Amino acid sequence: MSLIVNGTSVAPPDDPRVSLLDHLREGLHLTGTKKGCNQGACGACTVLVDGERILSCLALAVQYDGRHITTVEGLAQDDALHPLQAAFIEHDGFQCGYCTPGQICSAIGMAAEVERGVPSHVTADLRADAALTREEIQERMSGNLCRCGAHNGIVAAIQATFVVEAQA
Amino acid sequence: MTPFTYSRAGETAEAVRMGGAAASAYLGGGTNLVDLMRETVARPERLVDVSGLSTSITDTDAGGLLIGAGVRNTTLAEHRAVRERFPLLSRAILAGASAQIRNMATVGGNLMQRTRCTYFYDADGSRCNKRVPGSGCDARDGFNRIHAVLGASDACVATHPSDMCVALAALDAVVHVEGSAGVRTLPLREFHRLPGDRPDVDTVLAPGDLIVAVEVPPLGFATNSTYRKVRDRASYAFALVSVAAALDMDGDRVRDVRIALGGVAHKPWRAARAEDALRGGPATEQAFRAAALMEFADAQPLRDNAFKPELATRTLVSVLGALAKGDAA
Ligand SMILES: Cc1cc2nc3c(=O)[nH]c(=O)nc-3n(C[C@H](O)[C@H](O)[C@H](O)COP(=O)(O)OP(=O)(O)OC[C@H]3O[C@@H](n4cnc5c(N)ncnc54)[C@H](O)[C@@H]3O)c2cc1C
Ligand code: SF4
Ligand code: FES
Ligand code: FES
Repeated sequence: MSLIVNGTSVAPPDDPRVSLLDHLREGLHLTGTKKGCNQGACGACTVLVDGERILSCLALAVQYDGRHITTVEGLAQDDALHPLQAAFIEHDGFQCGYCTPGQICSAIGMAAEVERGVPSHVTADLRADAALTREEIQERMSGNLCRCGAHNGIVAAIQATFVVEAQA
Repeated sequence: MTPFTYSRAGETAEAVRMGGAAASAYLGGGTNLVDLMRETVARPERLVDVSGLSTSITDTDAGGLLIGAGVRNTTLAEHRAVRERFPLLSRAILAGASAQIRNMATVGGNLMQRTRCTYFYDADGSRCNKRVPGSGCDARDGFNRIHAVLGASDACVATHPSDMCVALAALDAVVHVEGSAGVRTLPLREFHRLPGDRPDVDTVLAPGDLIVAVEVPPLGFATNSTYRKVRDRASYAFALVSVAAALDMDGDRVRDVRIALGGVAHKPWRAARAEDALRGGPATEQAFRAAALMEFADAQPLRDNAFKPELATRTLVSVLGALAKGDAA
């Protein structure tokens, strides 16, 4: 059994009670992923599994045997930040930064969902593909709370990264 | 969490064999069960991961859909046939939880998720007949804003929290189950129980029963359907009340209608009385309101939730009004 975390194969925990979040933070010392509520209510622990965003606090590490897990530590290429990371700096997408790794992983997962045509609660026409409007981004990112209220910057960073990119 | 073993079932028969052992529990996405285990509300000794089984959505010969129990909530909501033929089902799922949770949650787990009554989760501090039979119910005279107004009992006033199941109740879905006694089907409307004097038992499943699929029968007029959810914030919150409805118009009259309500009872509440009252009658706001009031005639509000019958009535009137005009999103 093994998990592939940011491209590296790692052993799962011996005890199946260990959450994916605790395994990342305490087992692998990848402390970028944050623990907010530990009960699915804040999104701080969001990571990508095979490109899909999930909550690592509600996941048992053993469930993800053989899967590719990407944390915030795995986004930059050498010294080059992921474009969304750079956009968060450019647009003041954070204050304390605690929710930021979750916000960034979540937004990358969200962009892939939109690309695939997944509708949202605010998509008016279920038959059409949704555009990444401000309202769509707000709804799709509602699983990531920000206690500092940096939402305007977060939405701006997401729009700058994915909407501009899509139009280019 | 109390200790447990974990195994992944490679096929259904193996899962049922493992799930039949004492103190076993099936594991879907884990979004409810892991939380309950962490709070020691659930203390299984063996977890059987069934999330990799039955993961397809197929057309049935009858013209409906057969949805595997392992299908993720997002996968079901985004499926083309669901969006086009059963929009209320897509909308119900998309109104629930967050994208991350919908990516993890399975259809089987969604059906089996437990109430969000806070006393139920508070293993150390509260009395709860659902968690510890016979211990009492701290919600009955406590904070009960999110609790039931229909079909509750002295023992328990909890609601079923699922949005998806409300749409499935309106659609007369059928649950396919495999257990030690073989394979059987159960109508979704009879799948969840009212609490009575056994609120610890949520559904009619026997221990070890595995949900393998949910079948949605064909319903032509479900193309004119929607789901509306009213909650304390615009997103990422459980329903105070919700309405799943499909409407078939005959000129300006109601030819047929399906209505189910969420947030009002221990199970997804099919509003059969309201449907009967509406069928064949005029599609007017007055008629919609009268039908809703009929559905809530026996409502028994608690200290904090007396707003629910009126809120659900207004929501239903608004949804049916939009469906009658054919412009419900
Ligand atoms: C913060 C938060 C907000 C939420 N908001 C909403 C909301 O607004 N609306 C909503 O509807 N839901 C909401 N949910 C609940 C969510 O929808 C459920 O947790 C999810 O659907 C459960 O699916 P799962 O696969 O993760 O189940 P699990 O947690 O894996 O399992 C749940 C139960 O189902 C049993 N089970 C699983 N699969 C099977 C099977 N095939 N056969 C028999 N038994 C099985 C398990 O043994 C367990 O008892 C929310 C959850 C969280 C954490
Ligand atoms: S309403 Fe039901 S779940 Fe809530 S405390 Fe009472 S018995 Fe427990
Ligand atoms: S820590 Fe996982 S959602 Fe809050
Ligand atoms: S930046 Fe502080 S919680 Fe979001």
